[in-house]
Amino acid sequence: MEGNSFIQVVPLEYFIILCSVLFCLGVLGVLVRKNAIIILGCVELMLNSVNLLLAAFSSYKGDGNGQILVFFIMVVAAAEVAVGLAIIAMMYRNTKSVDISIFNKLRG
Amino acid sequence: MENLVYAIILLPLLGFLINGLFGKNLPKMVVGTLATLVVFVSFCITVSLFLKFDAESQPVIVRAFEWFRISGIQINFGFQIDQLSLMMMMIITGIGSLIHLYSIGYMSHDKGFYKFFTYLNLFIFSMLLLVMGSNYLILFIGWEGVGLCSYLLIGFWYTNKEYGAAARKAFIMNRIGDLGMIIGIFMIASQTNAVDFLSVAENSSKFALDSPIIIFITGSLFIGAMGKSAQIPLFTWLPDAMAGPTPVSALIHAATMVTAGIYLVVRSNFLFSLAPTTMDGILFIGLLTALVAAFIGLRQNDIKKVLAYSTVSQLGFMFVAVGIGAYTTAMFHLMTHAFFKALLFLGSGSVIHAMSDEQDMRLMGGLKKKIPITHITFLIGTLAISGFPFLSGMISKDEILTNAYGKNPIIWVILFAIAAMTAIYMFRAYYLTFHGEFRGTAEQEKHLHESPKTMTIPLIILAGLSVVGGFINLPHFIGHGNYSKLAHWLESIYVYDVELPEVAFGTEMILLGLTVLMFFVVWFIVKNIYVTKKKMALPDEKYSGWERLSNKKLFLDELYNATFVRFIEGLGVGGNMFDKGILNKFSDFIGIGAEDSGRAAKRLQNGNVENYVLIMSLAIGIILIVNFILQ
Repeated sequence: MEGNSFIQVVPLEYFIILCSVLFCLGVLGVLVRKNAIIILGCVELMLNSVNLLLAAFSSYKGDGNGQILVFFIMVVAAAEVAVGLAIIAMMYRNTKSVDISIFNKLRG
Repeated sequence: MENLVYAIILLPLLGFLINGLFGKNLPKMVVGTLATLVVFVSFCITVSLFLKFDAESQPVIVRAFEWFRISGIQINFGFQIDQLSLMMMMIITGIGSLIHLYSIGYMSHDKGFYKFFTYLNLFIFSMLLLVMGSNYLILFIGWEGVGLCSYLLIGFWYTNKEYGAAARKAFIMNRIGDLGMIIGIFMIASQTNAVDFLSVAENSSKFALDSPIIIFITGSLFIGAMGKSAQIPLFTWLPDAMAGPTPVSALIHAATMVTAGIYLVVRSNFLFSLAPTTMDGILFIGLLTALVAAFIGLRQNDIKKVLAYSTVSQLGFMFVAVGIGAYTTAMFHLMTHAFFKALLFLGSGSVIHAMSDEQDMRLMGGLKKKIPITHITFLIGTLAISGFPFLSGMISKDEILTNAYGKNPIIWVILFAIAAMTAIYMFRAYYLTFHGEFRGTAEQEKHLHESPKTMTIPLIILAGLSVVGGFINLPHFIGHGNYSKLAHWLESIYVYDVELPEVAFGTEMILLGLTVLMFFVVWFIVKNIYVTKKKMALPDEKYSGWERLSNKKLFLDELYNATFVRFIEGLGVGGNMFDKGILNKFSDFIGIGAEDSGRAAKRLQNGNVENYVLIMSLAIGIILIVNFILQ
């Protein structure tokens, strides 16, 4: 535990609560919003709340692997966002709208 | 020796294959000659084997290959040649070749000529397999094979619906018997760990006399024999089997196949001798069958039906002999019966041929002059079966009667009455057919002609055999048994000694005198009725009292229809209702249920992503909570 960073000044519980709140906000956003871009943002929010938690655990455990994993996740997330935004752009081109409630062609 | 045995059985198979595969394109002459020749060559080889054998010879086992092995029982595909099988083989191939020859003439106008000979050859092959097989399973293959051929040949003119029904009736009745038979074979295999005759005979000593298990085994085998040999209650198929061409009736349904039941019992003598209870059962069934069939035969007007009931009745005689324990006597009567009944059937075929396919005796009459050879040979057959002194039928039947008297005089009285009935219906058939005025149409009269040589030659040969056939087993009192050749010949096949009750010489002479006297009295009376008084057979609906009972076959078919057939039909209707009402509903329910649940579940997939996510997050939440609580 020696050489601990200042981050440990903040108790771990705070990180957990913060991350949970962020995650729930993300879920809520995905559930209630109709705008595809906002939904995408909310998905990113959930992802990053988890990232933050990962980094916090990693730091508390004194094991750097977790933080390296976070970098990888961020790279993948960037690629994902690129694809997601491209899809949304195509949706907009076809329908002049980013409201996902009209994309229900796959209903049974 | 081995090669000869193979040749005997493979030749008919070869004939069957050639005629079956190429017969359609071969000329009729070739088909008929080939089929007859293979059987005749088989006969010649059998005779050569026979000459090498004598009464003391050991059975020869020809082992072709190991067939299969199951739980320690090795089952070989092999043949057993001994005195009994040689005797049967001689009858089958000998009478078989005569009937093949006859069929060339009889079937010459038929479109299915090649098919007929194909079936006949297959029949000879199966029948040989039946009597040559060295174990019960091969016997069973032959047994089923002859059943199949019988079915095919009864339904030979299958475009006639009634004939097809007769064929099915024969097939189904035989299946009932075969079930008993196969149960018997399985019991033998499980009790003695063997199915070949020699080993079973060796192991049979472990059965206690009259123990339940031996009664069960022999009883099962006898049920098989009952089906094949047309005994009560499984006999009604045989009269219907007359739907087939007449040579078939002669070969299969008189001379050979129907005697397979007798062969089975005699072959299994080492089992049956241990079960006196079964033997008494056989005696009773045989007696009842002989009586009922003879009674029905009295007022039949179809010439072939008379002969059919006569066959059933004579088979009953044979089973009576078997039931007494007089196996040799049964085999003796089997042989003489094969001669004279084949002769009578072929004779009736010749009559039917001459009468342009008319079978009703009421529409015949006066054929004596028109078809003299048929007339003489038919008369010889009639005399032989009715008991004219020293003809084959009289000698063998008398042996049965004498043995029956030794067993119990009451049996003798019943058999005596049946013998009298036999003489009555045979002479009635003879006089109605050949004497009096011609009663057919003018058209038929114009066509009346003696049959071709291929048909009359077998008749003459069989007539000769019917006359002298009895001399191979003359009664014991002539020459102190030196002329009881057959009894001596068959001695070695009996594993256990059978004690036949002795009948004093004086008594035997009196019995003999009575039967001969009875024969001449019956002959005189019947001749008086049908020739001197010119009494005519009535139309079917004019019969009353016992005549109606006899003419209507004791209403047995109606009885079977009202009970068994109705019962099975009821089962069928019930099964149909169960199938439609319950099984169908159930399977429908599965389909409808899947459809409905699908329709309900499809609402979940409404295309709104939020819904999916909501369900997903709720589910995750529930899992988390449950997980938390469980911890």
